Amino acid sequence: MNLVENFDLYAPRLINKKELFSAGHRACSGCAEVLAVRLMCKALGENTVIASATGCMEIVSSMFPTTAWEVPWIHVAFENAAAVASGVEAGLKALRRKGKVDDRYVKVVGMAGDGGTMDIGIQALSGAMERGHDMIYVCFDNEAYMNTGIQRSSGTPMGASTTTAPAGKVSMGQKTWKKNMPEIMVAHNVPYVATACPSYPLDFIRKIEKAKSVKGPSYIHCFSVCPTGWRCPSHLAISMGRLAVETGVFPLFEVENGHYRLSPDMPKKLRPIRDYFKAQGRFRHLTDEEISMIQERVNTEHKKITEKAKYLKTGNE
Amino acid sequence: MGKRVGLEVTVAVAEAVALCRIDMAGGYPITPQSHIAEHLSNLVADGVLDAEFVTVESEHSAMSAVIGASATGARSYTATASQGLLLMNELLPIASAMRLPICMAIANRAVSGPLNILNDHSDIMPQRDTGWITLFAENGQEAVDLSIQAFKIAEHKDVMLPVCVNIDGFQLTHMVEPVEMPTQEEVDKFLPPFAPHATLHPAKPVTMGAFAMSDYFAEIMKAKDEAIKNSKKVILEVWDEWGKMFGRNYKAVESYRAQDAEILMLTMGSMGETAQVAIDELRDKGIKAGLVKLRLWRPFPFEEIRAALKNAKKLIVTDRACSFGGPGGPVFSEIKSALYAGDHHPAIYNFIYGLGGRDVPVQDFTGMFEKVIADTDNKAKDTYEFWGVRE
Amino acid sequence: MALKTWKELPIGCVVSEPGSASEYHTGSWRSQRPVWNDAKCIKCGICYVFCPEGCVQQAENGFFKANLDYCKGCGICAHECWPRAISMVEEG
Repeated sequence: MNLVENFDLYAPRLINKKELFSAGHRACSGCAEVLAVRLMCKALGENTVIASATGCMEIVSSMFPTTAWEVPWIHVAFENAAAVASGVEAGLKALRRKGKVDDRYVKVVGMAGDGGTMDIGIQALSGAMERGHDMIYVCFDNEAYMNTGIQRSSGTPMGASTTTAPAGKVSMGQKTWKKNMPEIMVAHNVPYVATACPSYPLDFIRKIEKAKSVKGPSYIHCFSVCPTGWRCPSHLAISMGRLAVETGVFPLFEVENGHYRLSPDMPKKLRPIRDYFKAQGRFRHLTDEEISMIQERVNTEHKKITEKAKYLKTGNE
Repeated sequence: MGKRVGLEVTVAVAEAVALCRIDMAGGYPITPQSHIAEHLSNLVADGVLDAEFVTVESEHSAMSAVIGASATGARSYTATASQGLLLMNELLPIASAMRLPICMAIANRAVSGPLNILNDHSDIMPQRDTGWITLFAENGQEAVDLSIQAFKIAEHKDVMLPVCVNIDGFQLTHMVEPVEMPTQEEVDKFLPPFAPHATLHPAKPVTMGAFAMSDYFAEIMKAKDEAIKNSKKVILEVWDEWGKMFGRNYKAVESYRAQDAEILMLTMGSMGETAQVAIDELRDKGIKAGLVKLRLWRPFPFEEIRAALKNAKKLIVTDRACSFGGPGGPVFSEIKSALYAGDHHPAIYNFIYGLGGRDVPVQDFTGMFEKVIADTDNKAKDTYEFWGVRE
Repeated sequence: MALKTWKELPIGCVVSEPGSASEYHTGSWRSQRPVWNDAKCIKCGICYVFCPEGCVQQAENGFFKANLDYCKGCGICAHECWPRAISMVEEG
């Protein structure tokens, strides 16, 4: 029995039983992003306010006059989740200081998809992080604009076929490398940055809890498998996230005050990316040559992050 | 009683907003608004104002942050102009649909292109249909008074809508004017603490900004329209209360020497003061000229406008923006629409003037009157003209 | 549920009933359902953890089952159950 399975044995005991995101939401069957949201809410607990960007998670959860949210939640627009969250934080801070609300600590969370974070929302996010608001920002990265019909974003990986960067006779689909958003956040010198994936629920929950304990801005980049957009069977949603980690396509790490640490779930030896690509329709068109080219990049990136973890490691290790 | 002081209007507005004990302000620099943000920051830095001043990275984020703060129940404020207001545009109908009583000053400035930092109304006019209560100040005192009244109107339980106070850029914002500044005690007496209808707090979790499809969207729009229409009653009550407390009376439509006037001019904003001088000159010459000043742009005061114009034979509507390829100026179009429903139909003329900070001396106003008077058989009625452009 | 008129809408369309999305039953989307074989179940709870609907519940006796009002039949629980205690069965 390996480590993960051991953890799994205790999983229900380690996880907050209270559901703060109700069933009845309209996410697609097998949506790993909505699972991540559900687990995030468990980790955050009740003393939370969430500001969400427009996107899948927004529309599936808030069909008026009902809501799936059991924590205070606000949606304003697409590109401004971080700015709205910063205003919520400022408002609550002032009201608490002036004795106008309960004297309790409330964590403010901004959330958006990859488009809402890495493309249209990057300015608001950069501003909020730079200003040092006491808030967590979670990017639920499903690697394309899924809500509008699987259009490419700067989070779409090289070679993936999307509706605006389709694979064709003379195109391999996405021709650019995925934007390295976690590193952009590290460059903001925020106290805590982490990558996570709900396929590793305890790691994900621990990282949210850690971000919650940080006073100041923190950023979690959550890899969120989208069976609809990636064209893979819904029952594979969790294993697909695991494969992304095991192949090094999406490394799990955290950066605490500039110190890097690879998550214990990271494999010592990477599996070939082909294992991850083969179950997904969005990569099915790729030639051996193209896969080798992407494999090379994954190897290089993995070496980089491993070295960062080695040379910029957490102080107490 | 407050003290009469000489202050730059932006500074006076910031002082007035501080007297309202705001909890949060979002600010981003843009000429000619910046002094409001600067002075508010000073007041926070000196501990005079206990508020969070969030120095956002754009006006879009300013409005976003102010929406977030207002949703927590914090009294929230921002100020902008021109491109900044256009950048906020996306969020303005959201703020009003969410019924958040945000207050905002707009230091009216021409919209690009070409870039121009000076005054006209081309920034506020495209925001006409966003569901914001929209007020225009004519002078520094009005800018101060309206800025305080704005919170009371916005936060009234029967209103719960955002309010913007328009203050002509430079021509008003950067003037040093004598202003009677209310005292803190007076403002505290006039303005009760903000009692929000719902707040973002774990004590009672709510969802704000839910997604609505065709089964609800039209009802939500209707509710918003009714809310802003009904706000007029509250606005008039607030002005009445203000008048009783401070002796300065406000109306949706103001008239100057209009009672027996045969030819009326209509202005909005700071140009009213210059136009008044023109009216006096014309009256001295025996011309029965009068002035009507529109203070309340949204909700539009239809009855008051019809009453104010009921004796005019000719009406000159002045506009500081153009609806390109449309009916002329936006004020012109609104006034025509108001009169169409009534039974009095004066010959109506439209002059689009003072664009991009173009100086408008008294003789321009008298010139407009002379031109309209010369049109004896009303041949030029229902037309619009860019006043004073080089042909 | 009758649709509200414009007069009945809450101010700002604030939704003040947390979790009311559960009024809507997504179970109708399902084409297959998970069936637990309790003899194989080790009560690890991984099915509960990984359910995107949060509709897998633990009974008094420690065994699990899905609330079929909400289960969309994605099959994640069956796939992730490493003692293979869950099988997906086609809906009649």
